[in-house]
Amino acid sequence: MTNAEILAKLPYGKSFLFVDDLLHVDQNGAKGIFTYNEKLSFYESHFKNNPVTPAVVLTETMAQIGLVCLGIYLLPDKALNMSVAMTSNAIDFLIPVYPGEQVTVTSEKIYFRFNKLKCNVKMENAAGKVVCKGNIAGMLISTGNE
Amino acid sequence: MNKEQIIQALKTIVEPYSEETSAIAHIDENTDFINDLKINSANLVDIILDIEEKFNIEIDNDSMAKMLTVKATTEIITQKLEANAGQ
Repeated sequence: MTNAEILAKLPYGKSFLFVDDLLHVDQNGAKGIFTYNEKLSFYESHFKNNPVTPAVVLTETMAQIGLVCLGIYLLPDKALNMSVAMTSNAIDFLIPVYPGEQVTVTSEKIYFRFNKLKCNVKMENAAGKVVCKGNIAGMLISTGNE
Repeated sequence: MNKEQIIQALKTIVEPYSEETSAIAHIDENTDFINDLKINSANLVDIILDIEEKFNIEIDNDSMAKMLTVKATTEIITQKLEANAGQ
């Protein structure tokens, strides 16, 4: 499965898609990038007059690139559309991410058993500094045929 | 390892994943992981992985699907342990 095919299978609409490109995917992990456009709606309110990317959005970005893209690649039945329901995460946030910044997310599979995928995931900013890191787990769920 | 010992070992494994302290304290063959211990399917996977490690056995998909109660789980662990001993 090519990176473009994986991106095409992502179940998110435009306003909640946090993957611009996948740089690499294999059995053991995924790596991708996303740029937080300054016009993203949450910057207006998080915070008032002081836009900072919300931690939940950083978490979602790590999950979409690190877990969902990898899950689509790992799922044995490529004919099915699938999604990942996040079931747990433990993440440390080290550096704020401001509007317009590009981040790189890298995941490493801890295990993929009985449709549960658990990964170590880290996010780095354009300077190569780790922004946040931790682990995320989710259950792969089929959402029907194409 | 007899049935009682397996159930005791299961109790130790399951405890961190459930807040149903009373159901955990009274765990027996009829305890259902989802209904009695309120364990979700994601944590059930972690319990199965812990069982594999504790008993040094491998659980396949078919067995995993059956392991919803202490009774079924104990039976599968016993089978796998016997299979290992026979090798």
